[in-house]
Amino acid sequence: MTDRYPGYDVLAKRQTQSWNEPTRQVIDRRLAIPHGPRFFSPAEWQTLNAACDRIMPQPKDRPPVPLPAYVDQKLADRLLDGYRYAQLPPQGEAWRRGLGALDQAAEKAHGGPFHGLPPDQQDGLLRRMQEGELADAAWAGMPCKVFFEHRVIPDITHAYYAHPIAWNEIGFGGPASPRGYVRMALDRRDPWEAVEAAPGEEAAARRKNDRVR
Amino acid sequence: MTVSADPFAAPRATGGRAPDVFKRGAWVPMRQFDENEIVDFVVVGTGAGGGPLIAGLAEGGFSVVGFDAGPYFRPLEDFASDEREQEKLYWTDERVVDGANPLTMGGKNSGKAVGGSTVHFAMVSLRFRPEWFKSRSALGYGADWPLDWREMWGYYTKAEKALSISGPVNYPWGPKRPRYPYRAHELNGAAVLLARGAEAMGIKWTPTPLATVSAPHGQSPPCVYRGFCRFGCSTNAKQSQLVTFIPRALRAGAEIRDLAMVGRIEMGSDGRATGVHYHREGRWRFQKARNVVVAGYAIETPRLLLASATNKYPDGLANSSGLVGKNLMTQSNQAVFGTMAQEVRWYKGPPSLAITEHWNYDDRKDFAGGYCWMAQGPLPVEWVSIQTSSRGLWGQALRDEMEKYNHQVGLKMVGEMLPDERNRVTLADDKDQYGLRVARVTYSWGDNDKALIQHALGQMQTSLEMVGATDIFRQEDDTNHLAGTARMGDDPASSVVNSDCRSWDVPNLWVCDGSIFPTTGGVNPSLTITSIAMRTADRIRALAARGEL
Repeated sequence: MTDRYPGYDVLAKRQTQSWNEPTRQVIDRRLAIPHGPRFFSPAEWQTLNAACDRIMPQPKDRPPVPLPAYVDQKLADRLLDGYRYAQLPPQGEAWRRGLGALDQAAEKAHGGPFHGLPPDQQDGLLRRMQEGELADAAWAGMPCKVFFEHRVIPDITHAYYAHPIAWNEIGFGGPASPRGYVRMALDRRDPWEAVEAAPGEEAAARRKNDRVR
Repeated sequence: MTVSADPFAAPRATGGRAPDVFKRGAWVPMRQFDENEIVDFVVVGTGAGGGPLIAGLAEGGFSVVGFDAGPYFRPLEDFASDEREQEKLYWTDERVVDGANPLTMGGKNSGKAVGGSTVHFAMVSLRFRPEWFKSRSALGYGADWPLDWREMWGYYTKAEKALSISGPVNYPWGPKRPRYPYRAHELNGAAVLLARGAEAMGIKWTPTPLATVSAPHGQSPPCVYRGFCRFGCSTNAKQSQLVTFIPRALRAGAEIRDLAMVGRIEMGSDGRATGVHYHREGRWRFQKARNVVVAGYAIETPRLLLASATNKYPDGLANSSGLVGKNLMTQSNQAVFGTMAQEVRWYKGPPSLAITEHWNYDDRKDFAGGYCWMAQGPLPVEWVSIQTSSRGLWGQALRDEMEKYNHQVGLKMVGEMLPDERNRVTLADDKDQYGLRVARVTYSWGDNDKALIQHALGQMQTSLEMVGATDIFRQEDDTNHLAGTARMGDDPASSVVNSDCRSWDVPNLWVCDGSIFPTTGGVNPSLTITSIAMRTADRIRALAARGEL
């Protein structure tokens, strides 16, 4: 994996002026999410886990951000987006139907459930979903492309980039209240922002990132 | 430090007091009215339209109750620095979207809180180009407003003062305007790149007039540039309705009812509204009133008028023109993004610190309407949403692109879309948590809209190319603000309300929000909504003095 911001940990700022108490509570709750499903059935859960691994693959040298759990939480707690495409059923029903249909497509194309397929075959099926090429009775009229674009992608990727591990990877400053920022100009960094490693300068960047508070 | 109880669990504005938004755990006194007391005005909605009207009416000596379906937040105690958590500011109740270009609702355009969408808006506070108030007769498209731009210029000045707008000494476009009350904010890297691009193209730019203070004002500290503006301001630098007109309204004797969803306007046999049915603390209630003002914005306002249909008014209230819900307008919000060798770190500061309105004031183009563009600063969740929806990325390719986050730069338009009766709000069969039919929002872009968007994308791309951005890509599908659905006009046959925001059909029923816009212009609408609300308060006071309410 690339390590653009070696050693940067946004959680190290938890007790600084960049984090107010509501933020600490919100992130604590996010990190403490139970990993098992409350909404999905065991079969749906397996399919969802496999899909999350392909939509947002994660490095093997750390515990993964539990993306299926965040998708499950959204559905179990009925956290709505504020709008629903007329072509899609309500979000929970869309997910159940879509995962079931993806498994059926896997059976039809490769003779086994989606979660058991090798990654390139999984990617191939997801690409066909993205292109709108999966359509049979299991979809029950739900356009697979709309499901992919407006349920699969946002529900998985938004959960990932709402997680401190993702913020570390992209060098995002993270929570910033009440301290905010001082150095606004191009190529300027406040001491509480991540240091990007220039090629060959990883060790120096890591030392600086260890002091980011 | 204690964090206050859940603002969603029970109303906070009760027992003769409301939250003091400036002090942790503190309260301010609030007058309360009995449901059987006939109040002078109920105002449904407390945002950019409702807030100034509630304050203006209360200051004029009227008894006023303002209703909001959302909670009464305490920004210092309730607001986290977090994109996901702060979705609690949005109207996330179910709505059905369809048409050729279905609208993205929620954070893009709909708030559910005391203060409405101004609690999460990006604070961009712009005046309409004067000709837009007569765009049919002066520019040949859309519809004329029954308002004179010179009168509006005066109300814009009042609104800018009331919201302590920070802006440049000299604004580059349009008729002369007074100096902004507060000095402009410094530019962040993203804004500097907009400025360099505009200068390279030979067009003007300016620091954006923003409703967040650049120096202390009252109990508001200056902006600290934390960059979470669109997710609620946790320091109260942002001059939302929640910290400006709503406190004023309370001091003047208005009551605010939070977590109070109005579901129906009741009509009397004399053709006048008699009050509103609303849901609060688990049951339906009724507030008697002499006047009802609907200020729920371009989806909830027509939804309420349509849902209040009776045998006598089968098509809904104030709808003899048949135009309630029609001519819904959004604004094109496409963008162009690229990668810089430098570190931009666009997450710092308000997201739209610099602007060019060049194409709002240059008519040498082969389509109607105008647009501006502004610097951008999407936080990670919004950024991944742009990457996936614009480029179809997922998997390792998406991870690789996301790692460039601190080097990204972008320009995003706010463009005028033309009114079209086929773009509209109707009632779907689905019901919400209150048992009310949800809104169905139908939207399709017209040919003029598409031509304007393509023009803007080309201009913004040129600007990015001229500052040396690489890997440039376009976000072709995005829209934001809303307008229309209860347009104002001079003729009852072709409008829903008159220039005073008073409905033609029901003399004590008013609409005061972005719904009344006949056209939407090429700038963010909030300052115009607030200015019209301040004017409407003055007009109601004048009408009352003449015995014409």
